Formats: sequence, C-alpha cells, structure tokens
Amino acid sequence: MAPKVKILSNYFGIDQAWTYDFYTGHGGYETAKKVLVEKQPDEVTAEVKASGLRGRGGAGFPAGMKWSFLAKPEGVPRYLTVNADESEPGTFKDRAILEWDPHMLIEGILIASYALGVHQAFVYIRGEFHLPEVHLSQAVEEAYAKGVIGEKCLGTDYKLDIVVHRGAGAYICGEETALLESLEGKRGYPRLKPPFPAVSGLFGCPTIINNVETIANVPWILANGGAAYAALGTEKSPGTRLFSISGHVNKPGVYEEELGIPLMTLINENGGGVRGGKKLKAVIPGGSSTPVLTPTECETITMDYEALAAAGTMFGSAGIIVMDEDTSMVEVIVNLLHFYAHESCGQCSPCREGTGWLHRTMKQLLKGQGTADDVEKILDIANQMEGRTVCPLAAAATMPTRSYLTKFRSEFEALLPKLAGV
Amino acid sequence: MPFTSEQQTRFEKAVAKYPHKQAALLTCLWIAQEIDGYITTAAMEYIAQLLEIPPSHVISVLTFYSMYQTEPIGKYHIQVCHTLSCALAGAEKIISHLENRLGIEAGETTEDQLFTLTRVECLASCGTGPMCQVNRSFHENLTPEKIDALLDTLKKEGAAHGPQS
Repeated sequence: MAPKVKILSNYFGIDQAWTYDFYTGHGGYETAKKVLVEKQPDEVTAEVKASGLRGRGGAGFPAGMKWSFLAKPEGVPRYLTVNADESEPGTFKDRAILEWDPHMLIEGILIASYALGVHQAFVYIRGEFHLPEVHLSQAVEEAYAKGVIGEKCLGTDYKLDIVVHRGAGAYICGEETALLESLEGKRGYPRLKPPFPAVSGLFGCPTIINNVETIANVPWILANGGAAYAALGTEKSPGTRLFSISGHVNKPGVYEEELGIPLMTLINENGGGVRGGKKLKAVIPGGSSTPVLTPTECETITMDYEALAAAGTMFGSAGIIVMDEDTSMVEVIVNLLHFYAHESCGQCSPCREGTGWLHRTMKQLLKGQGTADDVEKILDIANQMEGRTVCPLAAAATMPTRSYLTKFRSEFEALLPKLAGV
Repeated sequence: MPFTSEQQTRFEKAVAKYPHKQAALLTCLWIAQEIDGYITTAAMEYIAQLLEIPPSHVISVLTFYSMYQTEPIGKYHIQVCHTLSCALAGAEKIISHLENRLGIEAGETTEDQLFTLTRVECLASCGTGPMCQVNRSFHENLTPEKIDALLDTLKKEGAAHGPQS
C-alpha cells in the first residue's frame, strides 16, 4: 500500500506551527517564490486545472475552471476573496487550517492572486472565530514584515495586500454573494446570479471566491504538479479532503483522507466507531444541509462527489455527523429546522416564512400536538419553497427535511394522531 | 465626539484598508463594541459620518448580524452552541446546568451584570461539543463540573476587576 499522503494536515496539533519560523523551517514559501519567478500566471491556472481540484466549500466546482472564468477588463481591479465563514453545522475543518497552518493559506492566496492578476485579497472570517483570527492575523503581519506580501512579494515586482475581514454572526454570509455584500458593508443578502462574481463581484469588479481549504491546496499542487494531485483520490474526485467527524463517535475530529474512502472506514477507523458500542442509525455525510443516509446506504457508500450524488445526497462540506440508534430523527430535524429558520436572511418570502413554518409544524409534531395531515403539509411547504428563492438556503432546509421524512417516515407517523375512523 | 483621538485613529486605520469607505462598516462596528461593550447611538452616528453613509444604513446593517449588541450586556457573555452536533453531545444538559447555577434563563443577564447567557447556533466546534464561547474564548468538551469550575474562575476574576466600565 502506498504511504498515506497528507497535504493539509501535516502540522495540525503541533505547537507554534502557525508561526512564520515554523512554516519556513519546513519549506514554506519556497513554492510561491519559484512560481513568482519562474512561472507565467496562466501556467499556474493550468496547473490547478490539471489537478482537478474542486471547491471545498460545498458546491464542488472545479477551482481551475472558476479561475479561468475571471473577467480581465483593462484598468479595473480584480479581487480574490477567501471564504473563511465556516458555519455549516458539522463542519470545523477550515478552523483547523486557520489555527494551525495559516501561512499555508497565505502562500495559497499569494500563488492564486498571482495567477489571477489580483493585488488585493480579502479573507472573510466568521466573527465568532477568535483563535483562528488571531493566528491568521499574526501570520499576515509576519508575512508583511518578512516581505512575503506587500509592495514587493518575495523580492519580486509583484504587489499583494491581504486584508483579514471579520464577519459578525450570520450563516448566510458563507453564501458567496452574501459574503460580498457583507464585505461591502451591507446586510448579507445574497445576490441574483448572473452576473457571476467572476464578472461582477466585490465592488462591481471581477472577483474569485474560494474556500479556505481549496486555497490551502494550491501550494502543494504547484510544488508537486497538478498530475500528482490528480493521481490521488478518484478520477472525477481527485485529491484529499479534510473530513470533520462529529456526533456519536468515539474519536470526533478532523481527518485528512483521499476522496473515495468508504464512509464506514471514516466512521470506524478514523472516528473510532459508534460510541458505547451502539448501533448506527443515520449519518449526515456533508454538513447539515445534505440529505441523511441510512445504515444500509452507509455500508457501501464511498466519499466522493459521484457516489454521494448517486445516493441522492451531496458531498457538501464533508462534515459527517453520526447518529446512534437512540437518536430521535424528529428531534434532529426540529433542531436543524430551528437553525435554518434562525439563519434565513429574510430577503425571500418563501424561505423567510417557509423555514419558520417548517420548524413550527415539526415542533408541534414532536410535542405530539400535530394533526393527521402534518407530514403531507410539511412536504407541500417544502415543495413551495424550492426553486423560488435567490440562494440555496431554502433548499438547504428542505432537502434534509424531505430525506428524514422519507427515510424515517414511521418515526414521524408514530407521533401523529390516528385518523378518525381508522 | 464619543471617541478619543487615539480611538479615532483606530477607526481611520481600519477605513484605510479598504478600497471603499463603506466596506469598513463591520470593522468599525467591532471597534466601537470593543471600546464601549456595545454600540451606542453616538458611535453609530460617528461611524455614519466617518464612512459617509446614512445613520439608518448603519442601524440596518448592525441589526442584521447576531454578534453586535445595542445595549449593555453582562461582563461575561456565555454563548452555548445548541445546534445538532452539540445537541447530540448533550448541549441541553449544559444549558440547564448554567440556567440553574446562574438563576437565569437563556437570553437573560444576571442581576449583578456579571453574566449573560445566550443560546447560539453552530460555532464550528462540532468535534468538541458540548461547548460554549465566553466573550471570545471557546470552552470545549464541557461537563457540569467544568462549568462549575469555569463559573468560579469568572466570578473571582469579575470581582477582582470590578464591574464592566
């Protein structure tokens, strides 16, 4: 068996790994220097394209292709924005990169910005993150002081500024256009697309928005070549990913593995199995917005974009939440619907009203105060919400709702009053 | 003028980082909250003037985000995550324990203005739940015993430093 390849998590958990001295002591910034001196920007994009790297925020869009869509009108600034607004329930992997290896992210930003012809990059970090922000901000200061970024990046004529921008508590700002609005000093209301940010993004200028983990892969890809990255994982889902495992497992945590790994290997080997020797009941594979999987589905599924899509769910943010046999699926969906109702930005009526309605109806049902047609009513509301909003938050609430109702229907029906005469 | 010249420099430095003044709004609100503990009306007016935007826009934006305060809160803001992974790990027990110990319900502040207890949504600490954030610091893998120890420490610290200015 080939030795396990680690791209992102080599220095997680190591004291001082977040410092410039540690990073450069382990070969840090050598790749960026080589790239800035020896490569043309388009060659960098070509390498990322060849790697097959897909966006690690949730949507899984090929990163190199996204970069190649960036409009480049003369005399107009372009921006790179890194999405560090990690807030999808069940996901805590960007936090690990920011806390332990922020210079890896900065090197990725430097290489990506160079490829894109960007001279100002923003990192939008969620307001609740303290330690990650402290480590990232310190790293940015160090990078300026050591001449890594600034007027003359690494001694070349290339100029780059990085601004760490703190959010203030709003899940919706993880949606890329809401993030841009927030960064412009507005409410985080998602924008209609098109125009796509690559054409008209931050301050109306062409903008690329990438997730922290996506950008953190870039130095390794440029150091080792796109082909080496593409050789990892599966053909259509190349590379490694940071899996966040939480819920009823013995060893919750962030684990880096190649894509295509069986879900049960992650749960049993990385996660140490279900806690207390209990039986598995359900698993959320990619953050709370992704449809839930039953134990039978879990048995055979592999963690790659294609296999998860074929099973009717999504890879999302690779946030795996494990639930044991004692878990009430009704309680779970009530919990999640509370989240979505709280986090709906309020811009679109179907989402603002629908998420609240779903939550209230489901909560009544949980209390045993539902009515006989509640399950049908909930499914009807879900149908009315989908496809009628600016952004996917409504779908993020309805997709799991439908999956819990369909796959664990008897649990919901057991709480319903008996139909008269039946 | 609600801020000293030194404090004003902090605001101005933040504004200089952005290509457009309004983009510094969230950052300016953070600075104001750090200085006063919450965002005062005078601070809102100052920020509006500094960024050349209407005060109504400042209020519209700050009320959108959950972390800005427009009234004084307790010296220690205990925010307990109750979203799914933490709920599976026992967040409700932790919230009940805190409510009992503090004699308040979530959403309230103790009479001595020392603690405000809030339920919050996912803080990206799912692998180390149940957890809470006290002001800015995360406290993870909580148990009732850990909560007791934490409250004792904060009470001692709070008494030593006096009420929040």
